[in-house]
Amino acid sequence: MTYVDAPSTERPPAAARRRWTGARVAGLLLMALWALLGLSIIYMLVVGYDPEEIAKYGPRILNGIWVTLHLVVLSILLGALISIPVALGRLSHNPIIGGIAFGYSYFFRGTPLLAQTFLVYYGAGQFTDALKAVGLWMFFRDAYFCAVLTFSLNTAAYQAEILAGAIRSVSSGQWQAAESLGLRPFITMRKIILPQALITALRPYGNEVILMIKASAIASIITVLDLMGQTRYAFSKTYDLQIYIWAAVIYLITVEVLRRLWEMMERRLTRHLRR
Amino acid sequence: MANYMELLSFGDSGWGDELANGVVVTVTLALATLPLGLLIGFLIAVAKNSTEPLLRNAAHVYTTIFRGLPELLTLFLIYYGGQMAMSALWRLLFGHAFEVNSYLAGMIALALVFSSYASEVFLSAFRGITLGQYEGAYALGLSRSRTMLLVILPQLIRLALPGLSNLWLNLLKDTSLVSVIGLTDLLRNTNIAVGVTKQAFFFFFVACSLYLIMSIISSFGLRRVSAWAERGQGGH
Repeated sequence: MTYVDAPSTERPPAAARRRWTGARVAGLLLMALWALLGLSIIYMLVVGYDPEEIAKYGPRILNGIWVTLHLVVLSILLGALISIPVALGRLSHNPIIGGIAFGYSYFFRGTPLLAQTFLVYYGAGQFTDALKAVGLWMFFRDAYFCAVLTFSLNTAAYQAEILAGAIRSVSSGQWQAAESLGLRPFITMRKIILPQALITALRPYGNEVILMIKASAIASIITVLDLMGQTRYAFSKTYDLQIYIWAAVIYLITVEVLRRLWEMMERRLTRHLRR
Repeated sequence: MANYMELLSFGDSGWGDELANGVVVTVTLALATLPLGLLIGFLIAVAKNSTEPLLRNAAHVYTTIFRGLPELLTLFLIYYGGQMAMSALWRLLFGHAFEVNSYLAGMIALALVFSSYASEVFLSAFRGITLGQYEGAYALGLSRSRTMLLVILPQLIRLALPGLSNLWLNLLKDTSLVSVIGLTDLLRNTNIAVGVTKQAFFFFFVACSLYLIMSIISSFGLRRVSAWAERGQGGH
């Protein structure tokens, strides 16, 4: 999710100045198109304003936002926990451990999240008796818990790749220097390698959080009433497209706010690296 | 075990042919989306690279919207929004309703998402091409379009390929979302099979494996393409 202003240097020598270049006309037209689209959406929201509908579905949507938020936070945190052993496995020189970690990561990154969610949620239904016997049926019966479990396993695979890549990016001289100082591997990892690795990992982690927010909409398909779920419910009752527009606005704001906050945090945490 | 083999057999009793049809729909949907997404993504990247601030901002708005929205929501907006808009238009013009094709809606939604990510990949590839290349082309008297086509684009493909490969794998996975609006892709057919046979875990596991096989085959193919793009680079 990087945004860098286009450099003005990578251009052929400027042609003679013209007031109306093709690019300007195209830009103006496209901007007008966006403005038109934005205005028509605002018009739609204003004209279609229905206090009754808002009173009826507003609280549900707010509740949906709340569900989405804790679904994402819980999945990201659990995923971070699971990702640690997976990342260590990915870095391991032992072919069996490395192979298992690679297989895990490949499976969860190579298949659609929706299929994984179905696998866990509906797949658990096939083992009802066994799950009841071990007392886990309460857990797998609930779509919310299944979503959390699937999302955690999925994001763990991505986070493990981020973490392993970041640890690999720290030069081996750091390990050797720590070893020559007589530090134990665990201390080396915690005090020397991880602080440097996490700086590299910061941006990909931010992307992963944003991807998770977007992916969490998938939970609505297995009947979790998150923001998307409540939106789909309200749409099925009213057939009013406005509800999807509202949901889009909420998702966009959430993602945009998070992206900016993350950028600020990153700038603050890396201020010692800037000259 | 024999029971499972029978479930996957082709013909009336097994679901092998349905799953195979689903794979075909999934792959063709992804393949149909790819050129559209690449083209839009490239144009957006060119716009972002422009010196004209209006054009640049218009392109950034596009990326912000389609990268910020959940893919599922984009799909629903296109599907239901398109349905309503086209129906209103059709009723005005021909006096009857219009049925939006879920394949087309899926293709458009996936292309919007793919192109917004692809534009960022192309943009950073543009940054990897030095100013000297433009100046050299200018010194040879090439026009701007010839410069783009003959000098920049061949280098751009090489630089953008790793990023685009990832996006292709994402696209392949994102096609599964189209099953929600009723397109009979792999996941949808798997759902139908599960509904009839009640063998949920088995069938979804098979579906996941098929997706995995598709991405493994893609990876091999992409490696070939990458070797082709890197030819003449002195490496391997």
